[in-house]
Formats: sequence, structure tokens, C-alpha cells
Amino acid sequence: MEGSIHYFVDQTINGLTLGAIYGLIAIGYTLVYGIIGMINFAHGEIFMIGSFLAFFVFLGLGLSGITWVPLAILCALVVTMMLTPVYGWTLERVAYRPLRGSPRLAALITAIGMSIFLQNYVQLLQGARPRPLQPVISGGIELMRTVTPDGSPYVVGLSYLQLLIIVLTVALMTVFTLVITRTPLGRAQRACEQDRDMAALIGVNVDRTISLTFVMGAALASVAGLIFVMNYGVIDFFIGFLAGIKAFTAAVLGGIGSLPGAMLGGLLIGLIEAFWSGYFTVEYKDVAAFSILVLVLIFRPTGLLGKPDIEKV
Amino acid sequence: MSAQAAPLAAEQALLSVEHLTMRFGGLVAIDDVSFAARDREITAIIGPNGAGKTTVFNCLTGFYKPTVGRLGLSHPQKGVMLLEQMEGFRIAQQAGVARTFQNIRLFAKMTVLENLIVAQHNHLMRASGYTVLGLFGLGVYRHAEKDAVDKARYWLDRIHLTDKADWDAGNLPYGDQRRLEIARAMCIDPILLCLDEPAAGLNPRESHELNELLQFIRDEHKIGVLLIEHDMSVVMEISDHIIVLDYGRKISDGDPDFVRNDPNVIRAYLGEEEEEELPPEVAQDLSSRTDGGPEGRDDS
Repeated sequence: MEGSIHYFVDQTINGLTLGAIYGLIAIGYTLVYGIIGMINFAHGEIFMIGSFLAFFVFLGLGLSGITWVPLAILCALVVTMMLTPVYGWTLERVAYRPLRGSPRLAALITAIGMSIFLQNYVQLLQGARPRPLQPVISGGIELMRTVTPDGSPYVVGLSYLQLLIIVLTVALMTVFTLVITRTPLGRAQRACEQDRDMAALIGVNVDRTISLTFVMGAALASVAGLIFVMNYGVIDFFIGFLAGIKAFTAAVLGGIGSLPGAMLGGLLIGLIEAFWSGYFTVEYKDVAAFSILVLVLIFRPTGLLGKPDIEKV
Repeated sequence: MSAQAAPLAAEQALLSVEHLTMRFGGLVAIDDVSFAARDREITAIIGPNGAGKTTVFNCLTGFYKPTVGRLGLSHPQKGVMLLEQMEGFRIAQQAGVARTFQNIRLFAKMTVLENLIVAQHNHLMRASGYTVLGLFGLGVYRHAEKDAVDKARYWLDRIHLTDKADWDAGNLPYGDQRRLEIARAMCIDPILLCLDEPAAGLNPRESHELNELLQFIRDEHKIGVLLIEHDMSVVMEISDHIIVLDYGRKISDGDPDFVRNDPNVIRAYLGEEEEEELPPEVAQDLSSRTDGGPEGRDDS
């Protein structure tokens, strides 16, 4: 079975779904790195908080009897995208802004501290037990059908959920690319990235621009959280760690600071993980993903799209 | 221009700097300097290296908080604004003070046109409803963006870079970058334009073009220009008013003819007078000592 094209398509779809999550988180890393040159290691926790918020929205809607799926998903999307950025904004305001201008190491250690703080904050409020969620969407489209050697049918399908994930991710990435390239905010962000003092001298409110960058990153991470909770159905306070590190790997693979790079890196890491667990062994899928990080850092430290002359964000 | 201005100094002053002092620890970079700059005039600040010229600019544009002093800018609509109390970006955004740097600081990875549009950030940000409308390309924003592009084109035309509008700013020749930086500063609609050595590194033809550009800005846009410059051909040709600093103190202040003949200035700049005043035997003595090895050199 493993040699067939059907199996391959199946794994590709899995990989793309996973890659969408990594890509959405990776954009947050890359945006923040682009504008203030720090790795926000607490970003994975923002994703985790987003998934918890989405979880509670679904739970609340279920309890109040609203079960029409599109409405539920829309509600969850709006609420998580509104509330999670508040965490991102506060994080920057409380932990990072006072340290701006101090050595990079100080900001890095603070980020790790904030990551631990946010994990414990959620653990204290929600407990350490994994939280399960009933599947929100079921059903899908049948793409291919075949029969395995032992006679049982094998169906390759694209579930509505996977379709939604791919559509949502593509839409969000398009919108954010437009924000960066076409709007005054995006222009201000690029200006701040290149020369913060000069940006202030042409009247750009640098502090606010940086805050908004954190808000944008958190909004995308919250959507990744929403996707995660719908796709996997189980969340706990620790999911942000691994997802965050993988997304960081994705950002580095794509070229940190580069927006298209983060998307590409996310998809590649997702696919590598899916194929590795599909064709080799599922236990070592994390090893596969992190080996990529090591290889990239050795052979191409600027990442795939991270050439100096590429437009960065 | 309104008569609302600083009580001291000239009543017509656009910018009145009073008792500006800037200390860095024990080092006094600027020591009790007062001067005024009027609009529709080019005011040059000159002086030997280390005289504190750039420090004055850094105080004016919020890079440094002055140790002592009052920096009053009389804005035609908003009255007197005290620059020393304002945050850096508000000095550009609200008071309308624009600045260029000695070492060019363009956004090198943006196009020439984008450099001029990003300078109109605040106007566009408001018009775009803080980005939301801009995303959907709604009418108000589209209109504002068209205006911004028109203004950018106007300046491109003025600095002869229209055909290079899509170049990355970092790839422009040096002289073009200088002019682009001035055009970008003008795009924030300043009432005071501070230029830090705009003629540095320019050849005579480019330097001449620069003179014309600055005179155009003064005469057509009717703003004040504050200029730090070493190139005396630029300073003497286009300045209406010159302030001379030396070791952080103001040593002369007046029109070009006055400053050119001011003995203080000549002494600070050339040191000629002093040398001439030396009695011949002392001069001879000094020169013979200079030949006599390291000790002699130390003494002289």
C-alpha cells in the first residue's frame, strides 16, 4: 500500500494541513524578527492560548445550542482573532518594550521566561489534563478509491475540515501579504525594519508599529490554534512548545525575516513530517524536522528565500 | 506667517533656540547657544569639525534631550511648540521638522517612489482608516494614495529621478541619493527642513544642482531651511543667514558678508590672524623647534 500513489496523495494532504499550521505560526516569528531582530520564543504559547480560546468558544456555542457549523466556526475565528492579539500586545508592552535597546541576550531570555510564564498561567487556570473537543466538521470529498491487496477498500479523501484549513490559510496569507506590500502600515513596518530612527524622523510611530506587528503575528497564530484544535481535537497547556519550535524551524528554513519564506518553510516542514511518519517511522518525525534546522543552519544560514536582496518584512 | 512667536529673539523667528546646552557627562558639546531661524530663509550653521553642529540637529529632532534650553518652533496653525519636550516621531509628525543625515539614510530596499510615499505615512494612515480601508482599496484611501503618488511624482520630477522611480533606492548613484533624501524630507510637508551636510561628496555640477533645489524649496515652498555645511561655495552662495559655532559656542551670527569678515570666524577657521600676529623672531623660533625632534614638536 505504501508504494501507491493513493497513499502518497493522502500523506501530501496531511502534510499540507500540518504545514498550514506551522506556516501561520512561522509568520509571527518572521514578522517580529524582521522588525526588531529578536526571536519571540513565547510565540508558541500565543498559539496555544489561541487554541484554548477557540476551544472555549466551541464549548460555549455547543452548550448554548448553536450547532450550525459555519456560524460556530465564524464565531470562533472572530473571537480568537480578537482576543489572542491582546496577549501578543501585552507581551510586547510588558516584557519586550522595556528591554528595547538592551543586549539581544536579555530579550531572548525574557522571551523564554515569558514562554514558561504563559505555559504555567494556562496550566494553573485550566489544569494539566488534555482537553478533548468533539469534531466540529465531519464529512469530506472522495478523491480516489482503490482496493488494498487484502481486498478492503482504500479511500483517499479530502475532508471538509482540511479543505477549510487550506482555504483559510491561503486567504489569510494573501491578506497579510497585501497588508505588508500595499498599505501604509506595511510600508511603515518595512521602514522600521530598515532604519527605525529614520522611520521616526518621517513621522512613523515606531512603538505603535512594533505593537501592531505583534498583534498581527498573534492573530495568525490564533488561527493556527483554531485549526489545531479542530483538526486534532485534543489540546493541553504544552502544545505551544513543540509547535512553536517547529514553526521557528520553518521560519529559519524559509529565511527568517522573509514573509513568503515563512509560508514556504511551514509547508516544507509539514510535508517532511507527514512523509517521514508515513514512510518511515512516526516516532522520529520530530527528529526529521529538527535535522532540517541543523542542516539549514550549517549549509544555508540565510534560509531558502532569505537572500539579503529579497524584500523582507 | 503668524506673529505668534517666542518672546525673546526675533519676533519673526520660525525656530528660536534659547540657551541650548548639551552635556555628555563632563563633555560640553553645546554651551549656551541661542539663535533664531526665519522661514523663507536658508540659515546655515557652520564651524570646524567637532563644533557641535550635528548635536544641535540631534537636539532639534529629538535624538537627544537637551541638558538645558528651549527650542521653540512657531507653527503657523498650532502656535509655539517646544521641541525639547516632544517625542521623536511627533517632531516630524506634528511640528513638521524634517531632517536628512550626513551619511545617507534612505530606505535602501524600497523603491525610489516608495521612499517618497512612506514619508507621507501619517496622512495615508489616517486616510486608510488605519489600514482597514486601505486593504479593500476603498474610495477615500484610493484618493489619498493617488494624491500621495502625485506628490511623490512632483518631487521626482524636481530632482530629475522620474525615470528611476522603480529603482531600489540603494542602487542609485550617490548624488541622486542625496537629492532623494531631501525630496523624502519634503514629502512630510515640513515647515523646517534640517539638512546635515547635503553637499558632502558631491561634484561641482551636483553641488550646483543642490543649490538650485534648496533655493527652490525656500522660494516656492516658503519654509525655513537649516543647513549644516562645510562647502563654503554652497554656504556663501545660498545662505541668507549664517551661524558659526566653535567648540560648542556661538562665535558669530549674521548675513554672509558679515560672517565672512568677522575676525572671530577667521580666527576659528583659519587661525591666520593669530599666526600673523606672532613676532617674527618667535615664529622663527617655533619653526626651528619643530625641526628639532619629538620633544620640540611636543612643545610647539
